[in-house]
Amino acid sequence: MIELTALTKRYGSFTAVDAIDLRVPKGELFGFLGPNGAGKTTTLRMIAGILRPTAGTVRIGGLDIAADPIAAKRILGFIPDRPFIYEKLTGIEFLRFVGGLYSQNCKDIEHRSRELLALFDLERWRDELVESYSHGMRQKLIISSALVHKPDVIVVDEPMVGLDPKAARILKDLFREYVRRGHTIMMSTHTLEVAETMCDRIGIIQNGKIRAIGTMDDLRAASAEGSAGLEEIFLRLTGENAAREFVDVLDA
Amino acid sequence: MPEEILTPSFLHLLSPKWQSIRARATKKEEGSTGRAVFIAALAIVFWAFIFGVLFRLLRYFKGVPEIGPLLAGKLLGLLLVSFFGMLLLSNVIAALSTFFLAKDLDLLVAGPVDWLRLYFAKLTETCAYSSWMVILLAVPMFVAYGIAFDGGPMFVLVVIAAFVPFLLLPTVIGSAITLILVNAFPARRTRDILTVIGLLAAGGLVLLFRLMRPEQLARPEGFRSLIEFISLLKTPTSPWLPSEWVQTGLMSWLTRDPDFLPFYLLSSTSAAFLVLGALLHRQLYVKGFAKAQESSERWAREGRSANAFRRILGPLGIVRRELVLKEVRLFFRDTTQWSQLILLSVLIVVYVINIKLLPVRGQGVTFFVTNLIPFLNLVLAGFVLASIAARFIFPGISLEGRTMWLLRSSPLAMRELLWSKFWVGTIPLLVMALALVTVTGVLMHVTEFIMAVSILTITMMTFAIAGLAVGFGTMYPRFETENAAQIPTSFGGLLFMMASIVMIGAVIMLEARPVFGYLASRAFGAERNPIEMVIGFGLAGLLCCAATLIPIRIALKRLEALEA
Repeated sequence: MIELTALTKRYGSFTAVDAIDLRVPKGELFGFLGPNGAGKTTTLRMIAGILRPTAGTVRIGGLDIAADPIAAKRILGFIPDRPFIYEKLTGIEFLRFVGGLYSQNCKDIEHRSRELLALFDLERWRDELVESYSHGMRQKLIISSALVHKPDVIVVDEPMVGLDPKAARILKDLFREYVRRGHTIMMSTHTLEVAETMCDRIGIIQNGKIRAIGTMDDLRAASAEGSAGLEEIFLRLTGENAAREFVDVLDA
Repeated sequence: MPEEILTPSFLHLLSPKWQSIRARATKKEEGSTGRAVFIAALAIVFWAFIFGVLFRLLRYFKGVPEIGPLLAGKLLGLLLVSFFGMLLLSNVIAALSTFFLAKDLDLLVAGPVDWLRLYFAKLTETCAYSSWMVILLAVPMFVAYGIAFDGGPMFVLVVIAAFVPFLLLPTVIGSAITLILVNAFPARRTRDILTVIGLLAAGGLVLLFRLMRPEQLARPEGFRSLIEFISLLKTPTSPWLPSEWVQTGLMSWLTRDPDFLPFYLLSSTSAAFLVLGALLHRQLYVKGFAKAQESSERWAREGRSANAFRRILGPLGIVRRELVLKEVRLFFRDTTQWSQLILLSVLIVVYVINIKLLPVRGQGVTFFVTNLIPFLNLVLAGFVLASIAARFIFPGISLEGRTMWLLRSSPLAMRELLWSKFWVGTIPLLVMALALVTVTGVLMHVTEFIMAVSILTITMMTFAIAGLAVGFGTMYPRFETENAAQIPTSFGGLLFMMASIVMIGAVIMLEARPVFGYLASRAFGAERNPIEMVIGFGLAGLLCCAATLIPIRIALKRLEALEA
C-alpha cells in the first residue's frame, strides 16, 4: 500500500533521508522508530506529499504521489506531530472543512464527525473555537480529521503525544481495528512499548538510513538479543547507550 | 545566615532578544543583500524627503519676523503631540504581547527572576518595539530643526536629554494601562478590545482632521487680526503634556534663551512614573499573568444564516464552498482582520468627501476639466483599491502558513486554493470599486462616456490588482507572522504596491489618448478616431489581463513547489 523506492531528501549538503526502500503492505500497522533527527518526520512528510523528495518515489496504493498527487492524497490521511489548526474555527467546522477538502458530502461528514467527536470526548467542545482547545484536544481533533474521509492509508507522526491515558487507549484500539479491516497505518513513535505491542512490523531509521526492519522476532535476530525487549534492541541497533555516561554527566 | 539567591541580571534577560536580532541580521538568504540595499535606499529617500520638506518650511518660518519661531515651535508641538499619541497606543498594544502573551514568559516567570528586573527587561522590550518607528521619523525632524535654527553640536545632547524621557513616559503609562486591563479582562479579550479601540481612534483622528478642512487655514481671511493670531500661538496648547515640555525645552535652546525647567519636568516625571509603574507591577503582575493564561470560552454555533449561505454557495461544489466558508469565517472571527474595515470605511468616507469638495463646476471650469478630473479620479480610486488589496488579499496565502501541512497533504489542487483567495477578495473589492467610481462620478456630474470608461477601467483594474495581490502575496509569503495587519508592511507588500502603481499608471496612460480625443471632439468638434480608441482600450485591457493572470500563474508554480 505504501511503497518507497530510493527515497532521498537532502538539505544542501545534509542528507536527512538517504535512499530508503520500504514497502508497507495492505492491512499492516508499521512502526517507524529512530533517534531524534534520524529522518522519521521528513520521511512521513514526503509520504504525505508535503515535502518533495530530492530523489526516489513514493507510491500510495500504487499511485505515484509526484505524478498523480490528487488521486494519491485522496486515499491518505495524515496526522502531523505539530498540531496547528485554524484557531478561529470550531471543532465541528474544522471537521466539515477537512471533509470538504476530500469532497465528502455534508451528510456523511456530519454523521462521521459526530461519531468521532463522541469517541474522543470532544462532543461538548464541538462548537468552541479551536483557540481554546488544549494540546491534547487539538491532537484528538486532528486524529478525528484524518479519519473523517475514511482513508485507506494513515500516516501518523507521534500520535500519542499529549493524549490522556483514555484517549491513548482508544487510539490504540482504533488503529488495531482499522488495520484489521484491511487498511494500512504507518506510524512513527518514541514510545517503544506502543510500537512493541501494536505494530506488525517495525523499521528503525538512523542517520537517514534504515538500520533494521521486520517483526519483533526478526529484530531480535538482527540484533543478536535472544529474548530482549524493543528498548534493548533499539539501543543496540542505534548505538544509543543511554546509561553509558549519565553518571559522568550528572557529576559534571 | 541565609545564602543569597542569585538571580539573572537585567542584561541577561534581554540577551536572547539581542542575539535573535543579530542572528536575523547576519543570516544569509538568497537575495537578502539586494533586499537590504533596496530597503536602505528607500529609507534614505524617505529621510531625505522628510528632512527636505521640513527644512524648507523651517527656513521660511525663520525668515518671518516675530511669529517665525512661534510657528516653528507650534509645528514641533503638533508633531510631538501626535508622536505621544502614537507612542501611548502602540505601547499599550506592545505591552500586552511582551508582558503577557510572549512565548518566553513561561520560562522567565517559572525561573528565579527578580520581579523588578523582569519589569525593567520587559519595559525596555516594550519601549524598543513601540518606539523604533517614532525614532526613525524623529531623526530627520530634529536634524531639520537643528540645522535650520543653527542648534550646534550640543543640540544633539539636548535632544537626547529631552527625547529619552519623552519615550519612556508613554512606555510606563501604556504598560500600566495594559496591566490594569489584563487584570480586568482575559488577555486575549484585551487584545481584541485594544485592536478595535486603536483602529477606532486612528480612524476617528483621520476623519476629524478631514472634517476640520485644514485647507481653509491657508486662507488669510480666516484670521481676524494678527495680534489674535500671535496670542493664540503663544498660549501653550497642553501644558501638562510631555510633548509641550519637549517643545518648550528644545525651542528655548534653539532661540538662544535656554529654559531648564522643561528638562527637570521631563526627567523627574519619568523617574517618578517609573517607580510608580514598578510598584504597580509588583502589586498586579502575578495575578494578571495568571489570568492571561486562562483562555476565554468562545462558542460559535451555526445559525440559519450560515446554512442559507452554505446553500447559496452550493453550486460551487464541495471543495470551493468549504474554502469560501472557511475564508469568510476566519476573517470575521479574527479581530486583527475585520477591525481593519473600520480604517477602510474612514478612508473611503474621506475620499468621497474630498471628491465632493473638489471645485469641478462653476466659473472658469471648462467642460474639458469637468471630464478630465473624473478620469484622473480613476488613478486615486486605483490607489485606494491597491491599499485595500494589500490589507485583505495580499496576506491570504501567508495566513495559511501553519496549516499548510493540512492543505498540502489533502487532495486539494493548489489552483483551487488560489482560486478561493482570488475570488473571495475580488468580489467585495469589485463591488466597492464600482460603488466608489459611480458615487464619485455622480458627485462630479460626469458625462455618460466618462462614466462608462470609469466603470470599465475600474473593473479591469480591480481584477489586475487582485491578481497582483494574490501573486505577490504567494511569491513573498510571511508564514511566521501571527498578526495579519503586519503582513502588508513586508518587503513583498512593498513590491506589490509598487507593481500596482506601475500598472495603474500604465492603464491610465494607455487610455488617456482616446479619452483626450473624445473630449477634444466634444469640446472643439475635432474628428474622432475609432482606431485610436480600439488600440488604447484594447492595450489597457490586455495589460489588465496579463496583470491578473501572469502573477497567479507564477504564484501557482511557487505554491506547488512550496515545502511546508
